[in-house]
Amino acid sequence: MRIAVRVNGELHEGEVEPRTLLSDFIRHDVGLTGTKVGCEHGVCGACTVQLDGEPVRSCLMLAVQANGRSLRTIEGLAIDGEHPLQRAFHERHALQCGFCTAGFLMSLEPFVREHAEPSEAEIREALAGNLCRCTGYRGMVEAVGQAARELGDG
Amino acid sequence: MKPAPFDYAAPRSLDEALGLLGEDAKALAGGQSLVPLLNFRLARPELLVDINGLSELAGLERNDGLLRIGALTRQSALERSELVAAGWPLLTQAVRFVGHPQIRSRGTVGGSVAHADPAAELPVALAALDARFTAQSPRGRRTVGAGEFFIGPLTTALEPDELLVEIEVPAPYDRAGSAFVEHARTHGDFAIAGAAAVVARGEHAAIALMGAGPAPLRAPAAERALVEGAEPEEAAALAASAVEEGHRRALIAELVRSAIEEAAP
Repeated sequence: MRIAVRVNGELHEGEVEPRTLLSDFIRHDVGLTGTKVGCEHGVCGACTVQLDGEPVRSCLMLAVQANGRSLRTIEGLAIDGEHPLQRAFHERHALQCGFCTAGFLMSLEPFVREHAEPSEAEIREALAGNLCRCTGYRGMVEAVGQAARELGDG
Repeated sequence: MKPAPFDYAAPRSLDEALGLLGEDAKALAGGQSLVPLLNFRLARPELLVDINGLSELAGLERNDGLLRIGALTRQSALERSELVAAGWPLLTQAVRFVGHPQIRSRGTVGGSVAHADPAAELPVALAALDARFTAQSPRGRRTVGAGEFFIGPLTTALEPDELLVEIEVPAPYDRAGSAFVEHARTHGDFAIAGAAAVVARGEHAAIALMGAGPAPLRAPAAERALVEGAEPEEAAALAASAVEEGHRRALIAELVRSAIEEAAP
């Protein structure tokens, strides 16, 4: 099937089988490999991207379902240079191997936009849909708070 | 893993969708349960009927005191609805336990109901609220209550050619408070057990259990006891009495007790 998807503002057209997962379309057809594929059943959150602004698991959508829609991946997160979340993750040591990071950032971006002063409980709930298997979450909790405050001040 | 091959159709109207459904076809709504099953190849339909284009099936409205939930309403829309929070707070309380925000942004209320996972929160909350479920097929429309709709794990009264189109929820008893509680190993994980309660002590009670049987289960003996003035602990023991296994019985009793106390402190 022929599909046309806007990815980070740019139109991508492709020919896909109906069974092609959106995550595979992003990586193999569009060629953006920042989006990672972990469990492929919606548990780990590594493949999270934004569909029309809302975080979704790209392994739980078919590429054909994104036809005519707008996607944002990790490559489209920073408008110039570095998003405050990326900087905060760097400064607070909120990643180690980095495999889960893109999914975390795409999940958290709407959260830090909407919460200027989130409580630790709110941050932990916002993190709960993604799994990290190396650093743990302490640094991430700090990083999210820092990025939210920074965006709130702006 | 990747899904086995299937044909795909994205109908533009409900009639077109209903014409496509049948034995070897499967309706695709939010996909948060079906796509994992496809990825694991536990489900291998010949045809996927993607109903996401049927916007007439999405929406929340109040009509003659009833809440009408279109089957394609996203769980995130239910969660954010002020109409629902004001009139049917049990649904707002329950939907927050469904997966995570990334799941609720795609997952639908109708999908959760039609999939009928025994650990799903919305069927339990809807059972406590005496919701009714409307299915449509080329043969016509029919509406059934929760007791008839939920048959067992992943099994409902829906026939292969039927699509769940709407859920209607009567207004809860106006002096009742509500609560939804569950126990899961980690937040957002599938729960082991849970309880929904709508209670005005000495006047009205509705209690539904998750994890006490193969489908959402009402607890009529506990409900009667609460109306007659029983203490939460006593009612909770009645609610859990039919559960055979000891640990689960103790867990459900404790969940029901805390749901009653939270609903009607």
